[in-house]
Amino acid sequence: MSASQTAVRSQERPQARRSLLKQWFNQETALAWLFLLPSLIGFITFYAVPAVRGLYISFTNWDMFSAPKFIGLDNYIDMYNDKQFWRSLQVTAYYVLLNIPLQTALAIGLAVMMDRVTKSALLRGLFVMPWLLPPVIVAMVWLWMLDPTLGVVNTALQAVGFSRQPFLGSPDQAMPAIAAINIWQYTGYTALLFFAGLQTIPKSIYEAAAIDGATEQRMFWSITLPLLRPVMVFVLVTTIIGSFQIFDTIAVTTKGGPIDATRVITWYIFEYAFNRFEMGYATAVAVVLFLILAIITFVQMRILRADSSDLA
Amino acid sequence: MLPNQTLVSTKPVQNRRPRPSWRRLAAWFVIASAVFVILFPFWWVIRTALSTQRELLADPRSLLPVGFTMVNFARVLGFVDTATAVAAGGSGQSINFWLYLRNSIIVSTIVVVCQTFFSALAAYAFARLRFPLRDKIFGAYLAALMVPGIVTTLPNFLLIRDLGWENSFLGIVAPSLLMSPFAVFFLRQFFLGINRELEEAASLDGASKFGIFWRIILPISTPPLITLAILTYVGTWNAYLWPFLIGKDENVRVLTVALAIFRSQTPQGAPDWTGLMAGTIISMLPTLLLFLLLGRRVVNNIQFTGFK
Repeated sequence: MSASQTAVRSQERPQARRSLLKQWFNQETALAWLFLLPSLIGFITFYAVPAVRGLYISFTNWDMFSAPKFIGLDNYIDMYNDKQFWRSLQVTAYYVLLNIPLQTALAIGLAVMMDRVTKSALLRGLFVMPWLLPPVIVAMVWLWMLDPTLGVVNTALQAVGFSRQPFLGSPDQAMPAIAAINIWQYTGYTALLFFAGLQTIPKSIYEAAAIDGATEQRMFWSITLPLLRPVMVFVLVTTIIGSFQIFDTIAVTTKGGPIDATRVITWYIFEYAFNRFEMGYATAVAVVLFLILAIITFVQMRILRADSSDLA
Repeated sequence: MLPNQTLVSTKPVQNRRPRPSWRRLAAWFVIASAVFVILFPFWWVIRTALSTQRELLADPRSLLPVGFTMVNFARVLGFVDTATAVAAGGSGQSINFWLYLRNSIIVSTIVVVCQTFFSALAAYAFARLRFPLRDKIFGAYLAALMVPGIVTTLPNFLLIRDLGWENSFLGIVAPSLLMSPFAVFFLRQFFLGINRELEEAASLDGASKFGIFWRIILPISTPPLITLAILTYVGTWNAYLWPFLIGKDENVRVLTVALAIFRSQTPQGAPDWTGLMAGTIISMLPTLLLFLLLGRRVVNNIQFTGFK
């Protein structure tokens, strides 16, 4: 009871007269810290301290068993000189480029089609189903369906006159196959976000455009796409960040192979940390990945003008 | 233009002139193809799990189960003896999906309950209480939202190892037990939108701040709390790398880790596909069940979370 009274009183009092002491030691503050305490412990222990510790480890040479040795920027210099590091960045970028444009285009297409002919919640539910499943399991299912000898995809290809494909077993096809698996898993979810975005566009705009004689294509490019921008920003930022961190699918299907065709950056980090026990180097690569993602996000927000909407 | 305008204002624009029906047909064709592409893998998993390993190899073309059998489910759940399991294409090692299922349920339940509750407490403090450093701390939480998982995974692994919590449920749930930046952010946004008058009335009636939180804020917020719980549940259930690093031991091994290990075994020269697919179905079931029960809500809520 008295806590709420304090709150009311402190609101009435002018800001200037609240002494620092009162600010720090009153019941509301005490209560707030109590509410905050569990999450603060979790945040400090598993986010803040690890981030700082990770940064420190990246300046050391450490096999996880003996004491870490401080080596300054050596890990970063090694990384710069390591062809495999650049190759893994290239492989990751290739994956993102295979995945994002196709997935986004398919999702917009699907959303527009749904918007046109049916608002069925059942159908939308069906489309997000793959998104709810563990990536490990989705990868397993497709590993079986894409099997070079027994897989149903090859059976179907043969049935219509094509030859069998190695898919995940070939350096050329492995990455497109993995991109296809993830497109299967995430397109429905992305389409749902776009579909929701379409519902916020007032129909009157289309009606006005129709009166002015605009064609459907014209309306799509001049009305639908620009007004979908807030959703587009959200979708692109989250899916690109997610794509850069692809791991589970690769852990189940190709484990970075064949040769190094699918050794993406996260798999590269994983190998150094847990197969070669070079924890210092592995965290240094993780720090670089973080910087890359931060820059990409920042640039995207700028280009897409994230905080403004044309509908306002 | 006048007659035309009155027409438009009384009827939806689609009805003004009949739309060429081939367009609708094309749209339906696209949707039907998408439905097929999404559903077929599910059917293929069921078909494989219900097939006999030997006949599966002989007849890869049949759309129906070949040599219909339930033995694959029985053997991944540990219901049959070793000889039968080996005969059916397994490795004969004990594979106990009941145990992994139990572990996944334990881990996901603990995380969902604790994380949601503690995040709600924090979110309430950020949304409604005034205290020094509030905005700075919230800013730090927001910054954590941007940090990719792999960056904190390595130091967290080292921390859990130092604490000696490897191969324990505590170690698996610890990093997500007390908060997730997303949960705090999500709930704070919702709490900010709640009408203050209710709380003021309650506080005039002598309710404490915690009483207000417990009796007013939480009940009003049931829909977003359920949304968050579902998202957290699915995320925890689906996680692979963290439980793989921390919980390799059988007693705490979760389904995703168990399946990945199962997949890397090739008992009779090739992966045990029928067993794998049976295990896959078992791992999917809880999520699909949840989805059937709460499907509409999940769909609507995903649409909602897209606009935070």
